[in-house]
Amino acid sequence: MSLFAILKSTENKSGHSFDRSFDQCLKCTACASQCPVAAVRPDYPGPKQCGPDGERLRLKSSEFLDEALKYCTSCKRCEVACPSDVRISDIIATARSKYGNNSFKIREFMLSHTDLMGTLTRGSAPLVNKMTAIKPVRLVMDKALGIDRRRTFPAYAKTSFRRQYQNVAEQQAQFARQISYFHGCYVNYNDPELGMDLIRVLNAMNIGVRLLNKEKCCGVPLVANGFPDKARANARLNLANFEQAMADGSEGIISSSSSCALMLKDEYPHALGIDNSKVKSGINFITRFLANEFAAGNKPEMTPVNLKVAYHSPCHLIKAGGVLHTLNLLWEIPGLELQQLNSNCCGIAGTYGFKKENYETSQAIGSPLFRQIEESDADYVVTDCETCKMQVEMSTSKQVLHPLTLLRMALV
Amino acid sequence: MKRLETDVVIIGGGATGAGVFRDCCLRGMRTILVERNDIATGTTGRNHGLLHSGARYAVTDGHSATECIRENRTLKHIASHCIENTDGLFISLPEDGLEYQAKFINGCARAGIPTEILTPEQALRLEPVVNPSLIGAVRIPDGTIDPFRITSSNILDGREHGGTLLTDTRAVGLIIQQGQVAGIHCLDVRTGERYEIRAAQVINATGAWCHEIMEYADLSVDMYHSRGALLIMGHRMNGMVINRCRKPGDSDILVPGDTVSVIGTTSTHVGRNELENMEVTDEEVRVLLEEGCKLAPSMASTRILRAYCGVRPLVSTSSNGSDRTISRGLVAIDHADSDNLPGLITITGGKLMTYRLMAEVATDMAAKHLGISKACTTASVPLPGAQGDDRANSQSWSLPNTVSGSAVYRHGDRARNFIKEEDKNKQTDLDKQESSPRWRNAVVCECEVVTRGEILYAVDKLNARSLSDLRRRTRIGMGPCQGEMCACRTASLLAATRSDVVSPLKALHEFVDERWKGVRPVLWGDGLREAEFSYWVQEGLLGLGSLKSDQQNDQQNDQQNDSEALIANAVDACAADETLSGQQAEQRAEQGEVV
Repeated sequence: MSLFAILKSTENKSGHSFDRSFDQCLKCTACASQCPVAAVRPDYPGPKQCGPDGERLRLKSSEFLDEALKYCTSCKRCEVACPSDVRISDIIATARSKYGNNSFKIREFMLSHTDLMGTLTRGSAPLVNKMTAIKPVRLVMDKALGIDRRRTFPAYAKTSFRRQYQNVAEQQAQFARQISYFHGCYVNYNDPELGMDLIRVLNAMNIGVRLLNKEKCCGVPLVANGFPDKARANARLNLANFEQAMADGSEGIISSSSSCALMLKDEYPHALGIDNSKVKSGINFITRFLANEFAAGNKPEMTPVNLKVAYHSPCHLIKAGGVLHTLNLLWEIPGLELQQLNSNCCGIAGTYGFKKENYETSQAIGSPLFRQIEESDADYVVTDCETCKMQVEMSTSKQVLHPLTLLRMALV
Repeated sequence: MKRLETDVVIIGGGATGAGVFRDCCLRGMRTILVERNDIATGTTGRNHGLLHSGARYAVTDGHSATECIRENRTLKHIASHCIENTDGLFISLPEDGLEYQAKFINGCARAGIPTEILTPEQALRLEPVVNPSLIGAVRIPDGTIDPFRITSSNILDGREHGGTLLTDTRAVGLIIQQGQVAGIHCLDVRTGERYEIRAAQVINATGAWCHEIMEYADLSVDMYHSRGALLIMGHRMNGMVINRCRKPGDSDILVPGDTVSVIGTTSTHVGRNELENMEVTDEEVRVLLEEGCKLAPSMASTRILRAYCGVRPLVSTSSNGSDRTISRGLVAIDHADSDNLPGLITITGGKLMTYRLMAEVATDMAAKHLGISKACTTASVPLPGAQGDDRANSQSWSLPNTVSGSAVYRHGDRARNFIKEEDKNKQTDLDKQESSPRWRNAVVCECEVVTRGEILYAVDKLNARSLSDLRRRTRIGMGPCQGEMCACRTASLLAATRSDVVSPLKALHEFVDERWKGVRPVLWGDGLREAEFSYWVQEGLLGLGSLKSDQQNDQQNDQQNDSEALIANAVDACAADETLSGQQAEQRAEQGEVV
């Protein structure tokens, strides 16, 4: 056999399927230069050493697992920087659960099981919101669970989005075009109003919104907190419902959360080893879908909003390559003065910033962004990500809007 | 002319020479070891790093098999920091059938090698990388051994027991007086200085090159030089050693070694004049990969770091043996008995696995002549580094596991000599001489996690004199980037702190060239991208090519260019007339006279 034939022949015959993208690393260190954590934590060796370099050591023995891996926020800026397509962030996340101490941790369970926590607060949301806002409770959560007491908790909504949807379900069915909405945990339990905004905007474009028969957390917080098996189970359930929705005549699946969308569309195959190829092309982050519709001429009627906003690009939207779509959309809103903030991680990184040991890091990472926001004279900050919103609202004096909310405000 | 006097002089700094060095020193002999390059640069540094269980020879060479399993157990005890107990699999593929497996298990039983028969499913669970089409597997106690580390540890122990190591020193002739070998003529390859070492016993431990030393005394040996090529994979593909359960053939062992895996070997007969030609051919690479993929199919899509080859020092006993049939048994010749030439002992043949046994046999011969009755203790006294378990201790260093783990993995209990501990009360030698000891744990080579402290320790205590020497002692530049980043960092560290013993720029040039040599035969895919990037960084960004050499550069460069001629002259001069005094020989050499 010729050398070329050998190199081609056995490509896919390997008996095992773990991610070997670390083999492609050229040690160029581009990732380390872009890591927000390494910039503020001298004791964090950075994505190159924790990811591809560390993986070679961990293959030798799990004893080489570096404690510092827990400081990775999974922002994926390293993967964006990497010219060799190394899945650095995935390597780190997998290493933590594969080689690490996998004993059950109540805090990680609580923070990551966002849908379960949402369900538990059903009917008691106002009480829970009051509780999590008072100092003694926060102190207890800080001491007993390691959830930082300085962190503001997202408020739970009185009525879930799914329930609110029932009021509009009938009129949605009347539209000729139908699209399925993966609302995610945040919209369902914390911010149903954002979901309603999405319905209003799409309705104004003559598109009806359906819900999936059933959906579960996309898996982002589960992977980050060491529950990959639960994430895989959720992924299977979600994909089965996506396929069902497509079969039932839905045009596609949209998500209003940039992190959920990244996970559903781009990360299921390699982060969880779950094939989403049947529905992948139908999954879209909302701004991409809307920008394409606008470009095709399906634009709702809008009036000038006469606002000045500062746009913050979330890390996971950067990773998905979706920032341009959001910008394209914002540029279409009449009377909007748009300032693009520097591309800086806000530091919260989903559940990361809630943990006591990460609080300082989280705020240090975000500080250049907070400073720029305070220095701007914008009326609002706009961003696509719910946890970026929590972080910016907690750390600055400005209110944060989702692009969809801004669009809804512009509707006639 | 300078003259050194000693009891024993050993020629050759491979594993065997180092083992003899340690054994002699432990038995109280005054000992000098001369090595023309650096330790472990010959066959020792150019093999699989397989800690044989002996199973490979169980069917074909029962004697070697028995030797191997005995030494296997000994080495696990005395050199725990150089060894990993990975165990190994002998897999049978459909084309091999299971017939050989039965013979194999019988052979192992005869040699005392424990075996465990596994089903294909069990084997795949233990070692997921293995070819899934296997039809059977046997588990045996193979392991891995780091040849550089074991050599270095033997040297270190010898030096700590009073021995002297002279690297870059070439034996250019034997001093023969009144029918007796009385020492050697040496050439310091770095300075060009020639001198003699007077010794009661000369031990020729030059392995594949032993005929060259024997020729100085007009002796001959029927060496069968067998060249074997190997490939280093980019990461550790397998946890266990994987062998083919069939008659030993080409490319049928995949050994996990430290952070990489090594596939090999081929076997080609080479002539005496080809021993220095170490280029791996395209055909060798092709064979290694084609056969290697049968052990582990994912090899085809795995990055290959480099290719290298070594020469087995086999001694023919029959005229028509191919190398696979020649015994791997050791050959020890006391020339007092066999050639009526007292004072010279040759130890060759054998293998890395049996280096200690070879050393014991040779040292016994020397001890007999010297009237030393102290028994050999190398099988029971652990080597430096294996004298205590520092793994638990390292937890208290409050360092990342990658840093402390790698240091202990490579240096065992000696790691504490260069790791900077948080504890202010503990001060090591290095702490005292350094202005900023806290920088000692800074990582210089990121692929293999080599710290500043480890590099300085290797220079100060392990006789490293160049970047390549450092590589053998610490693994700098052995990772995927092949020194792209750490070569310059290390050179600058040495320039700043140890320029009195190392010429940083010369060492840097040599190192980069040497790395390139191994990369060239496997230049495709990610390896090619890496090489391009290295060139871009080192040449395009740092202008390595325009940095000619160190301060006393011209002088040294001239010496470098002349050294080949110098050696040739010196050897000729010594060989021409043993009765000539050293001075006369020197004069003749200086006049460039060729006899």
